[in-house]
Amino acid sequence: MFLINCPFCGEREQSEFKAGGEAHIVRPKQPTELSDDEWAEYLFMRKNIKGIQFERWNHVHGCRKWFNMVRDTSNDQIKAVYKMGEKPPIK
Amino acid sequence: MTNNLRFKTSKFIDETYRVSFKFNNKTYFGFKGDTLASALLANGIHLVGRSFKYHRPRGIMTSGSEEPNAIIQLHDNSSRTEPNVRATEVEIYEGLVASSQNCWPSVNFDIGGINNLLSPILPAGFYYKTFMWPASFWEKYEYFIRKSAGLGKSPKVADPDIYEHKYIHCDVLVIGAGISGIMAAKMAAKNGFKTLLVDEKSYLGGSSIYDNSEFSKINNQITSSWLEKEINEISKLENLEIKIRTSVAAFHGYNFLLARENLTDHLPINQRENKVRQRLLKIRAKKVITATGSIERPLIFDNNDRPGILLSSAIKKYIDLYGVACGENNILFTNNDTAYETAMSLIQRGIKINAIIDNREQIDSKISYEVEKNNIEIYKGYTVVDTYGYRRINKISIMKLSKDGQTVIGDKTKLNCDCLGVSGGWTPAVHLFTQSGGKLKFREEDQVFIPNVYPSDQISVGSCNGDFGLEEIISNTLSSIKKFLDIDNSEYKTVETISGLNQSKRNIWLLPSDKSIGKTKSFVDYQNDATAKDIKLALREGFRSIEHVKRYTTTGMGTDQGKLGNMHALGIISETAGTKMGEHGTTTFRPPYTPLTFGTIVGRNVGEFFDIFRRTPIHDWHVANNAEFENVGQWKRAWYYPKDNENMHQAVQRESKAARDSAGILDASTLGKIDIQGTDASEFLNRVYTNAWSKLAVGKCRYGLMLNEDGMVYDDGVTTRLGENHYIMTTTTGGAANVLGKLEDYLQTEWPELDVYLSSVTDHYATISVCGPNSKKIVSKVIPDLDLSDEKFPHMSFKNAKIDNIKCRVMRISFTGEHSYEINIQANFGKSVWEKCMEAGKDFNITPYGTETMHLLRAEKGFIIVGQDTDATLTPIDLQMDWIVSKKKYDFIGKRSLYRSDTIREDRKQLVGLLTENPEEVLEEGAQIVADIKKSPIEMLGHVTSSYYSPNLKKSIALGVVKGGKNMLGQKLIIPMENKNINVTVADPVFLDKEGERLNAKL
Ligand SMILES: [Zn+2]
Repeated sequence: MFLINCPFCGEREQSEFKAGGEAHIVRPKQPTELSDDEWAEYLFMRKNIKGIQFERWNHVHGCRKWFNMVRDTSNDQIKAVYKMGEKPPIK
Repeated sequence: MTNNLRFKTSKFIDETYRVSFKFNNKTYFGFKGDTLASALLANGIHLVGRSFKYHRPRGIMTSGSEEPNAIIQLHDNSSRTEPNVRATEVEIYEGLVASSQNCWPSVNFDIGGINNLLSPILPAGFYYKTFMWPASFWEKYEYFIRKSAGLGKSPKVADPDIYEHKYIHCDVLVIGAGISGIMAAKMAAKNGFKTLLVDEKSYLGGSSIYDNSEFSKINNQITSSWLEKEINEISKLENLEIKIRTSVAAFHGYNFLLARENLTDHLPINQRENKVRQRLLKIRAKKVITATGSIERPLIFDNNDRPGILLSSAIKKYIDLYGVACGENNILFTNNDTAYETAMSLIQRGIKINAIIDNREQIDSKISYEVEKNNIEIYKGYTVVDTYGYRRINKISIMKLSKDGQTVIGDKTKLNCDCLGVSGGWTPAVHLFTQSGGKLKFREEDQVFIPNVYPSDQISVGSCNGDFGLEEIISNTLSSIKKFLDIDNSEYKTVETISGLNQSKRNIWLLPSDKSIGKTKSFVDYQNDATAKDIKLALREGFRSIEHVKRYTTTGMGTDQGKLGNMHALGIISETAGTKMGEHGTTTFRPPYTPLTFGTIVGRNVGEFFDIFRRTPIHDWHVANNAEFENVGQWKRAWYYPKDNENMHQAVQRESKAARDSAGILDASTLGKIDIQGTDASEFLNRVYTNAWSKLAVGKCRYGLMLNEDGMVYDDGVTTRLGENHYIMTTTTGGAANVLGKLEDYLQTEWPELDVYLSSVTDHYATISVCGPNSKKIVSKVIPDLDLSDEKFPHMSFKNAKIDNIKCRVMRISFTGEHSYEINIQANFGKSVWEKCMEAGKDFNITPYGTETMHLLRAEKGFIIVGQDTDATLTPIDLQMDWIVSKKKYDFIGKRSLYRSDTIREDRKQLVGLLTENPEEVLEEGAQIVADIKKSPIEMLGHVTSSYYSPNLKKSIALGVVKGGKNMLGQKLIIPMENKNINVTVADPVFLDKEGERLNAKL
């Protein structure tokens, strides 16, 4: 079970959090102008990388804040956590 | 019974404290300090069970948690009865009762033993091959397989014991209190680390604590004496907590571990009252030191499973720790030096050793010369090829090994014995290390897997790290702990060791035999009866992956997870397949390391705490008024209120009729309520609901439908505009938490610029819904100051009011199609206001109704229930609710998805009403809907989602989803049931009062 460093609360048990899928997928500003394919790209297509992955997490049983995490999925090492809207601290 | 099996020379056995216990209904005696296994062996009993598949007689093989055979049923026929308990781990106490399992009628005569004779036709994969076809026979096969396969009996009544969970945080966790663990714990604790040391056994010191041999010394003291002083010293350290009888079950990532602490299992039953039996420790350690030792390997040869065949190290432990001789005529069979330590322990007590069979041609160690000096015959370069004796070994036959070790040569010699100790070298106990995600490497020289890459802040020391010699263990433990803890002072000055052992070994995974492999039974997994022959068969049949071979042969899939034989299985696979040993990796070791009781897993979360439930503020009234309850999410909701022995159907018919004829009252407090405030609240609602919100006047209510981004209906409910920038949203009961989560997600991540704040207020308000033609009269009595005229208080509007000076919100909204009011009041006044309504409604036959009647009433009106009539595959268009989807709004969640090529298909499943040909026939919810019964295969068009008998319409009504149903009005369809086909007609889903006359009636 991970220890996650919530950017608002500090280090907490994984059981307090909920994973929310891939990070940095921005909802299109004008969905109506997108083709089916373009909309499907936003709606369905997600990466599932073995290695460094950028993810959204929610401190659902804590401050309820959403934030981003960089995690190496091959060994579950958390490389960084950062607030929504911030640039990833690593590439 | 033989008395000369007990040697009263052990300091671990209290010979002044005699303990009586029962095994298979017979009373025996042992001493305090015995395990069930040592006490049985002291009584000359080896045969304790039957094997799983062939029902072969099996005896005690080991002395610890790796035991595959001696698994017994503890506490016969009592509420505490427990199957699959390892006799080698049970500490005996006065009154203990245990029995063999997996045998009928008795362990000495077992009918299932016939499987042993049938074994030529029971090869690996037999069950898969035979019982899979035809599929329809499976039910019948299963009955017989289960009956003959049983591994013990589960208890029939509730567990009387108490269990609990505890969190522990420490700087350093040391797992295993052998020589390395003790040293590591001392170094950590003395250097200021808050340290926890755990060991699964009831004593500290591991196998070194009974090592009294002159051949292994530390600082010129006998190992056990040196270690005792160390233990004495660490037990006084303040920084160190020591837990014995504590077995680490799981080692997860981020140094999170689960351990089971056994607190009362060693006590007589009458001393366990009101005590916690077992505790699950949830340990979060900054650093973990694994010192779990190693497990001796058996040797794989024909008939290597008879009672009386034990690991050589177990024989040593039984004599040195418990003072029990496993046999009177012993033979040791080995490929390395450790069996000679066992020999010395036996020699010291004058126990007879008939011979030592050693695979090695050359043996060159001090200890082997010492054994030879005692005139014990050592057969060098020999192997055992067979054993004899049904319930107990009585003979072995041996042959000379060829130079390459692949065949046997020369004559066969038979030797008598009543006990055979086997030693195939040692396997590091890396189970926990690999559970944590650690990667192993294979060490060619002595054919062992050892830790290589650590995934977290942890280290393995001692023999679990592949250090087997005493000197290696001590010097490597000292240097690696120093480095791991980054400390200057190791707490040890010089530690000098002497060892008479040499690490040479002749490793042969499957020993050759004079018989062909097909005629041998060389067990690799004792508990699951998997043999070398089975593994070879699996390879012949094309299995290559170790994980596949494991499943096909069931090797390593017993309760012991194959702790003894997994390495041999790997060895036989690579030898047969001609691959290199390290290449296959190992099978995955999964938690728990040893089985956990259910009690430990659930802890205090039993009975009403197993799954917590939520009660409405009016709950007690429902209980007092005979309500039956339904679980909705975590809520207990009143389901119906039976009167005078009514069944559910009768109660629901009465309740629904009363609600339409006069007045009904419903506790709707469970509906999710979200308070929405902020200058952008209206814009926010515009974006999350399908309909438009900007023009909703203050004091008005509106029904809203919420979609997922994929266009599918997600939730619904009525939202009321309380003020310019203030709304209260209601959600479905089950969806409340998810809706709040979803809204927060969009607010925080997509639209952070919006000035909107959300709070869950579900628990803050009680919600009472009063409906029916007399609802107005009732509410006017409860809130006389409120003007209920249609002009002042029309449908879909809201008013602030007061009841006995307590503020409340009243909405005129309806989920039944009747004139109705919803009173929302501070939760703690909910019950008294409910009672006020009941009192006010007395003259109008006000009838409390539950969720079932609510569902019926809304179905009459064709109102959907999200989650019952929808299942995340239906758009509002599919639900024929186009009217609620705004065409003008530029965007809302899910809008774009409503005109994807898939969502605009005409033949999607769409919500329709269904009327049965026979109005008395009520459909089953979930039943399939078809058009053509003769077509094969029958095309499934959809299914029934809601179905009731309506007392108001005096006929059966149903809702369902049907492919292309929107255009099928009036069409006949069929509901095929087990013994009949029901004819239905597609109808408008609104069955009652489509024009809304009841809702708008002047009251
Ligand atoms: Zn937080």
